[in-house]
Amino acid sequence: MASESPVTIDPWHALRSVTQARIALGRSGGSLPTREWLAFKAAHAAARDAVHNRFDADALAAEIATIGVETLVVASAAADRSAYLQRPDSGRRLDAASRSRLQQYAGGGQQPDLAIIVSDGLSALAVHRQANGILAGLVPALVSDGWRLAPVIVARYGRVALQDEIGELLRAQLALMLIGERPGLGSPDSMGAYLVHRPKIGNTDAHRNCVSNIRPEGLPWAAAANTLRYLLTEARRRNISGVALKDERSLAPPAASCEAKSLDGLASK
Amino acid sequence: MPGYSITLRNRSHAFGDLKTLLAKASPARSGDALAGIAAENDQQRVAAQLVLADVPLAAFLDQPLIPYEEDEITRLILDSHDRQAFAPIADLTVGQFRDWLLRYETDGDALAALAPGLTPEMVAAVSKLMRNQDLILVASKRRVVSRFRNTIGLPGRLAIRLQPNHPTDDPAGIGASILDGLLYGCGDAVIGINPATDSIETVHRLLGMLAELIERYGVPTQSCVLAHVTTQLAAIEQGAPVDLVFQSIAGTERANASFGVNLRLLGEARDAALALRRGTVGNNVMYFETGQGSCLSAEAHHGVDQQTLEARAYGVARRFEPLLVNTVVGFIGPEYLYDGKQIIRAGLEDHFCGKLLGVPMGCDVCYTNHAEADQDDMDNLLTLLAVAGCNYFMGVPGADDIMLNYQSTSFHDSQYLRQVLGLRPAPEFEAWLETMRITGDGNRLLAIEPRHRLLQDAASASGIQPRASTNEI
Repeated sequence: MASESPVTIDPWHALRSVTQARIALGRSGGSLPTREWLAFKAAHAAARDAVHNRFDADALAAEIATIGVETLVVASAAADRSAYLQRPDSGRRLDAASRSRLQQYAGGGQQPDLAIIVSDGLSALAVHRQANGILAGLVPALVSDGWRLAPVIVARYGRVALQDEIGELLRAQLALMLIGERPGLGSPDSMGAYLVHRPKIGNTDAHRNCVSNIRPEGLPWAAAANTLRYLLTEARRRNISGVALKDERSLAPPAASCEAKSLDGLASK
Repeated sequence: MPGYSITLRNRSHAFGDLKTLLAKASPARSGDALAGIAAENDQQRVAAQLVLADVPLAAFLDQPLIPYEEDEITRLILDSHDRQAFAPIADLTVGQFRDWLLRYETDGDALAALAPGLTPEMVAAVSKLMRNQDLILVASKRRVVSRFRNTIGLPGRLAIRLQPNHPTDDPAGIGASILDGLLYGCGDAVIGINPATDSIETVHRLLGMLAELIERYGVPTQSCVLAHVTTQLAAIEQGAPVDLVFQSIAGTERANASFGVNLRLLGEARDAALALRRGTVGNNVMYFETGQGSCLSAEAHHGVDQQTLEARAYGVARRFEPLLVNTVVGFIGPEYLYDGKQIIRAGLEDHFCGKLLGVPMGCDVCYTNHAEADQDDMDNLLTLLAVAGCNYFMGVPGADDIMLNYQSTSFHDSQYLRQVLGLRPAPEFEAWLETMRITGDGNRLLAIEPRHRLLQDAASASGIQPRASTNEI
């Protein structure tokens, strides 16, 4: 005679169709059943591996160039992945060679309205998968709105605040950073977008607006592009960004801000 | 300013000022190294601890670590210091204070009476001389009880924040996680959503959903949508049913400015929430989250170590008589707390410091995927803090927050603690769980039938029918 299963089933497991949250896992006594515990460990292993993935900045720049924009590859002051993880300050500034390159570049031409920066942050996988998809929608929309864009900067080992130095060097009115977010268990490829009005070294997080969880299963590219277009337009029109700028559209799609747990580690600052 | 020095094993160590001494005496962690203020080696750290042990507690009143003129939190701490409450320990050094805290005679009442006489800096200083068991023992003596629609922090009790986050704030997805949590006996600390969207409309909509749920089932708990405080204030102006006002806070004026807040704004928020009069058994209307390293990450640390700055954040919190305060201890990342060992130590320090200052401390026992930590580390900290009498922990489905992308503690984890330590939910909530046939048989979960009222209502709302077994799907 087969013995009865020691696991208590939760009769609401059908609700797993409405969320990716780990609900209705069942229980062994009050504890996690074996199968769910090992599934959790497998997801954690995948997220750990995503953190240490390689970022191919040149390939991404070439891909972005296909939508008809100029691109430049730069690097932060972080020497390698390990330095990047332990010294976030190094990811907030450019290395000397990149700085002088951008200085030279900004020497000529008109001041741009917007500098777009793409960086690996804490998940290279995220920007490899999401950056070009959102830019392919956003860039043409902004151009048709009359925006003057700086070249798209692809930055290795960047933190969010790197947008300040880059935006300032390029003399841009606004900077937008697309960056790999810290991988979650079920989302190793989630990207965040941070915008700041008047980028300059020393801006704090209160100056920034954030749209997070950009990925097909989270906030899809088109919805994210719409939200960013709205926020960028309002930031330019009202000369503000950060806590003073809220998404006030009554039927706004579910975009995202990073006030959530608002400590610095949320994305990859 | 006096210098601080000692000769230890034929080596002399000198520390220029009090904040340098505190930083060098702090147990090792990556954030202080990042700030360039950590001890250079273990012997220097112990030398600093030996010197710190002889520093009079009164020194912290005479020598502010961050100038009074520059920082409103320093002003708050010093202006509200109660000399009379301080009297029993006024002549003690930091080292003697540790001994005093560990005495049998120093009980919960003594610690409660002392709290207004303690500054965050004194509490942080003594914590640096304490081993983990000291932090647990002293904190376990001190219960800080707070009330809104239930009573949190009583002896033998443990509350859980139900955290049903969803990456797009989808009501069905959030609702499913709330149902899951309630049926696992969780949600007495608060049902608190971190919204993906910091918009007034979203906050208003989610608050309406939570208020309707709490009212329909008569759940003795409170709700919160953890948007920026200004968004919550705007929602209140629009008539949203706000129970608790949330804000992340830090230990310096400049760090708080980087969060877009200050003491005046927090006071306005509290007044606005109080005016709604939504509490039934009490009026603690504020909810704060903190975490070591937030000042450094905002480049607003003034050369003070991150653990001392964290204690100053509790100095801010207590001013507003909160219902809930929790450190989000492993959230910030490995550049501030590198691994499981550092996270565990920080969690115990934070709980100890908060409790001594009179703050109703909970803890988000958590880690990120770029930290050197895993579930075993979380189990350790969870157990240690529960023994220390922590007021509440987080309850996240399967410990996996699908919006914030980090691992916290699960509904199942609360069941573990209820078994090993006999900890029960808040009394009002416990009675509700029994009435709803969710728990019984002395603190155990009951088998939930498909015809359970919560499941039937969820089914008619979603069109998804509950089933008795996975095999039927």
